[in-house]
Amino acid sequence: MNTSTQISKAKINRRLLKDKLFTYAIIFLAFLSSVPLFLILFELIKKGYRQINISFFYKVAPDTMEAMVAVKNNEIIPGGIANGIVGTLIIVGMASLIAIPLGIICGMYLAENSKGKFAGVVRFIVDMLQGVPSIVLGVIGYIWVVKPITGGFSGLAGSVALSIMMLPSIVRSTEETLKMIPDTLKEAALSLGVPYHKTMLRVILPSGISGILTGVILGISRIAGETAPLMLTALGSAAISTDITKPSSAIPLLVWEFYNDPNLVNMIWSASLFLLILILILNLSAKAIAKKWKVQY
Amino acid sequence: MESTVLEKELEVKAQPYKVNKMMQNPIEKIESPILNIDKLSVSYGGDKYSINDVSAGIAKNKITAIMGPSGCGKSTLLRAINRMHELYPDTHNKGSVYLGEEDIYKMNPILLRRKIGMVFQRPNPFPTMSIYDNVIAGYLLNGIKLKRKEKDAIVEKSLREVGLWSEVKDALHNKGTFLSGGQQQRLCIARALAYTPEIILLDEPTSALDPIATAKIEDLLVKLKKDFTIVLVTHNMSQAARISDYSMFMYLGELVEYGKTKQMFTMPKDKRTEEYLTGKFG
Ligand SMILES: Nc1ncnc2c1ncn2[C@@H]1O[C@H](COP(=O)(O)OP(=O)(O)OP(=O)(O)O)[C@@H](O)[C@H]1O
Ligand SMILES: [Mg+2]
Repeated sequence: MNTSTQISKAKINRRLLKDKLFTYAIIFLAFLSSVPLFLILFELIKKGYRQINISFFYKVAPDTMEAMVAVKNNEIIPGGIANGIVGTLIIVGMASLIAIPLGIICGMYLAENSKGKFAGVVRFIVDMLQGVPSIVLGVIGYIWVVKPITGGFSGLAGSVALSIMMLPSIVRSTEETLKMIPDTLKEAALSLGVPYHKTMLRVILPSGISGILTGVILGISRIAGETAPLMLTALGSAAISTDITKPSSAIPLLVWEFYNDPNLVNMIWSASLFLLILILILNLSAKAIAKKWKVQY
Repeated sequence: MESTVLEKELEVKAQPYKVNKMMQNPIEKIESPILNIDKLSVSYGGDKYSINDVSAGIAKNKITAIMGPSGCGKSTLLRAINRMHELYPDTHNKGSVYLGEEDIYKMNPILLRRKIGMVFQRPNPFPTMSIYDNVIAGYLLNGIKLKRKEKDAIVEKSLREVGLWSEVKDALHNKGTFLSGGQQQRLCIARALAYTPEIILLDEPTSALDPIATAKIEDLLVKLKKDFTIVLVTHNMSQAARISDYSMFMYLGELVEYGKTKQMFTMPKDKRTEEYLTGKFG
């Protein structure tokens, strides 16, 4: 009897030790997986910070000659990425204008008719969309907009390609969020004689606002750094362009251009740093909104 | 012993109450009812009816309780009265319900629900709205414009009626969802009252509440019948006995007995009612 209890004690100790080791291993691995992000940030800041000053935000990308002279004299390259910033804002903004209403309506439909056959098909298509390679969406933008509508490369074509790309995240987050909202809320509104569409728009949607907004922002952060679809649609522009029917620059396009010009290579770091920080801020604000605007029911 | 109860029940099930016509009619006729349920049958789809051929008048400015075992169709009957059952797309019904002279199934549901309000089992204040806005939600959501003074008056009057005014008057612009369960339920009643219905339907409004909150709501309902007609579904027999004037007993979708509460609790006419009230089933 006695020995058996002693044995079990030893066993327990061994288990506790295993438990501890396991916990430490997990913490270590979690740490390890966050290392790359910090390395990237560190690298970008080290190489790029010098380039980021006020003119970085309001001047367009420099031409090769200017840059070459500056590099030779060991000065910072004059000019900035204003054309890219403006282009990204417009292209991403237009894409959001297209995708947000469409995505929310679609998500609402899926949440309301979760068992319908048509809803099943729509859900399947949205899931497939998530897996479509971004370059293919670029081709779509080219076929749908560049050729028939704007008759040449354009910011609008880029927006269309990117809007398709951000759609799944909006649809799914809207659907998931609305499904969590108890039916009693809908009943409350309907029992006051509020028509169905008003109930959805003024009671149900606002109750799910945090989840939907989170999905929207994650969608935006996903497309803000996309390069491939823009190469076939927006193309790029050396000047600031606000005309959505004309070619337009974007920050990721500029990074690609800098990479292809030996004299501008130094600009890669600052532009990438800016883009990365922008996306990090978007992600953090998505988290903050999810927490702060959470509606309690 | 066991088997006799079962035998009794089988016997009861075997013969619908119409066979007992020799007895007094177990369905009381209400003089000048505000609401007239006329041979109403409701199905959620297919030819299975969840309530069957229910006829009853509802007395004005009284509390009518609907009782019966789970699944007997109490909620279905209640929801059919303001057409909330139509939320489920495959519902259809036979017979009708008259509010005064009007057939409610021919009325605009939006107008109907303005006249017949509803309170649910779980308190469901609108989570994005303040207490103040919750009370006048019927007006806000239907786009009915009110002056600031009118709003203030409606909010104060409704909250006073449900005894919530002194508890929340300094927190009117806080969210309603921060109140306790009992307070939330009274807020929901205030929201229904504020929209000035004639009839208020309540589906087990106290079953999610503690005894103190329940007692408050019961007192409130008794007070409210002066201005409103109240129809109340309840599982709690002593609640029905305490506050209702008339009681319905439903069983398997059928209205088995309907009459004055006192009469029903002391001298039920139908065997099934008696067995339910004495706790033999349900
Ligand atoms: N949405 C629905 N779709 C199909 N059948 C339903 C639906 N709601 C209720 N029913 C059926 O209708 C019958 C009556 O249900 P109802 O909810 O009216 O009962 P109840 O008396 O309110 O029960 P409880 O005391 O449990 O609330 C039940 O047999 C139930 O299965
Ligand atoms: Mg019920």
